[in-house]
Amino acid sequence: MSEVFNVLLVGVGGQGIVLSSDILAEAAALSGLDVKKSEIHGMSRRGGPVFSHVRFGTRVHSPVIPNGAVDVILAMEPMELLRWASWARPGAAACYLDAPILPVGVDGYPEGLDDELGRLFPRLVRIRLAEIRRSVPLKVRNTALLGAASVFLPLAGESFAAAISALAPRGSAQANQEAFDTGRARAEAQLKESTNVE
Amino acid sequence: MRTRLLSGNEAVALGAWEAGVVVGCGYPGTPSTEILEALAGKPGVYTEWSVNEKVALEVGVGAALAGGRTLVTMKHVGVNVAADPLFTASYTGVRAGLVIVTADDPELHSSQNEQDNRNYAIAAKVPMLEPADSQEAREFTRMAFELSEEFDTPVFLRLTTRLSHSKSLITVSADGPQRTEAPLAAGFEPNPRKYVMIPGHARARRVAVEERTLRLRSAVETHPANRIEWPEGLATDAVAEFGVITSGIPYSYVAEVAAGAPVLKLGVVHPLPRSLVTEFAARVKRLYVVEELDPVIETQLKAWGVDCIGREAFPGIGEFTPTIVADGLGLPLPKPTVAPQLEVAVRRPGLCPGCPHDHVFTELNRLGFIVSGDIGCYSLGVLPPYNAMDTLLDMGASLTMAQGMDLVVPEAQRGRIAAVIGDSTFAHSGITGLLNAVWNGRDGLYIVLDNGTTAMTGMQPNPLSGERMGRADAPALDYESLAKAIHLPDGHLAMVDAYDTTAISEAIEHLSELTGVRLLVVLGLCLIEGQKLKRIEKLDLKKTVRRELVRNHPVGGAHV
Repeated sequence: MSEVFNVLLVGVGGQGIVLSSDILAEAAALSGLDVKKSEIHGMSRRGGPVFSHVRFGTRVHSPVIPNGAVDVILAMEPMELLRWASWARPGAAACYLDAPILPVGVDGYPEGLDDELGRLFPRLVRIRLAEIRRSVPLKVRNTALLGAASVFLPLAGESFAAAISALAPRGSAQANQEAFDTGRARAEAQLKESTNVE
Repeated sequence: MRTRLLSGNEAVALGAWEAGVVVGCGYPGTPSTEILEALAGKPGVYTEWSVNEKVALEVGVGAALAGGRTLVTMKHVGVNVAADPLFTASYTGVRAGLVIVTADDPELHSSQNEQDNRNYAIAAKVPMLEPADSQEAREFTRMAFELSEEFDTPVFLRLTTRLSHSKSLITVSADGPQRTEAPLAAGFEPNPRKYVMIPGHARARRVAVEERTLRLRSAVETHPANRIEWPEGLATDAVAEFGVITSGIPYSYVAEVAAGAPVLKLGVVHPLPRSLVTEFAARVKRLYVVEELDPVIETQLKAWGVDCIGREAFPGIGEFTPTIVADGLGLPLPKPTVAPQLEVAVRRPGLCPGCPHDHVFTELNRLGFIVSGDIGCYSLGVLPPYNAMDTLLDMGASLTMAQGMDLVVPEAQRGRIAAVIGDSTFAHSGITGLLNAVWNGRDGLYIVLDNGTTAMTGMQPNPLSGERMGRADAPALDYESLAKAIHLPDGHLAMVDAYDTTAISEAIEHLSELTGVRLLVVLGLCLIEGQKLKRIEKLDLKKTVRRELVRNHPVGGAHV
């Protein structure tokens, strides 16, 4: 891979964005690639937007993705995907968890949010909360989304598995791996379905 | 050899440990906090969270004078607190290496201002190194210790938020990181002319500092942290179209957007290498200086008569991005094309849902108090839905600014000013303000929102929390003894449970009726801290201790 591959992971404080991005970065490092990642800690943990840039390739200089150069966005929340959509390069892919967390003072999201996201991202995986609510425990939903987004990522499944076992909090490696697999299977099924429709 | 992904902060801790550091101290502050947390518990190192940055630096200077390599960490505004010892430690020198980490915050991600602490290096006449990635953060930390000992001076290591919190690969040997014990034997060697800064001694040291600066200026010309990158194949007598002088994280943006361009990459940002700069400038037609915040390098170059482009092309406010650097260099990147048409909902940070201390803000707002606020989670009291904060300046200023306001406001506003401060901030520099108020016979309602931890920076213990670094048990400051010791009038100290909203309302109303200094302590454990305490089976004990405090200090009650 000569080009740098850019992934933006976004969500709301407490949704596990930092761990997901650590696992992704580790998976890239274990694949023998150069990696950089960047995020901002602090105020954001108090319910504000949280984001993490992960970049990998033969040689990565900046830890920050240039605006408009994101290849894949992983969003733990629909409005957060919309917030960061303009960072995407044309033809970028996105994957999001369709489970709105309304900001304080906001009663509801505008109609047509899902359609808008579909318009912005021709390659889109939407994981509905109902699909995974039972099968994926709350604490590992971030890893399920990473599994779903992995269909768009040029990294092998074994690299993710090794990264998960290295970084998952003690005793949770199996639950995280299962969540990853569930997410990936959902995304694969969805992509297959949309291909059939076309 | 193998690689590991480390943040800039973790890499500094690793570099310090490898360099044989024996003491690490500091005060938590985003983005510096994780350095000491990564160093804590490593073999052969004592680490502490100090009461504040001034204390941390003084502990550090003492440890260095006694012969131990020492790392002191703080955020940029922490250096303001530590500036007093800093400027004179430059005179005393250090004996063993003393490295002070200043973690600056371009863009004010988590800070009250955006000061550029390279100015401190110039003002205190102390050298400063600035790494650009984690591998450099680790290597420069070792270099900083070596420079500190060779030139007998404290040395600054400057990080920025983006570096502190970015991760990149470092290489370690197959056996893992190796520690080299520092070269000096521990032991304090009395030398009053060097260590006792009475004017007569300090005048001589003032001269020594100037001589040291001259030697440093010469040393930085060949220091390995400074390097020139020429494009491959450029003839040694060729002149390139343009070249860039840069340092730190902006270097990574330059490398990203202007691959192959000639770059003078400065690792030592004070003092600057005049000959190296001149040599580089002579071989490029246009010279750009790419630096975040203040035009420190640019100003020095222009003073030397070196023509360069800096602030004309790059902003002096906020954090750079690859796009900003590309635009400034005239190499614009493709513009973003994905354009959402729906409006994006604003998501503001706020107190956590269920935060024990939200009722105080609701109540202060309802009663129409002017609220003098302080640093930490509680600064969020200014935002909706509370809208209950009127001033916020620096650590500890809530009590003292309230005192100043109360001196001048008209009668109608007198007694309507309340100060709110968290427990860690109260220990950091609130207690001096409380002492000032009682001593000077002042009037005011001061409220400590005690959540049992330093929450905003990620749950560090403090002198009121009953723990020290590493969650070891420690004495907790006793409010009642403090109140007695400073002669707070009887009945002017009350402690209430943060979840007892009626008690809070009654306490504020009752204390509002009194004159003189009144101290209300609202006890409610931070929810995140509570989860952590539960895991280590300390939650019940901590709750019991705090319940006792509330029971023994009823509103309107006398000292027990």
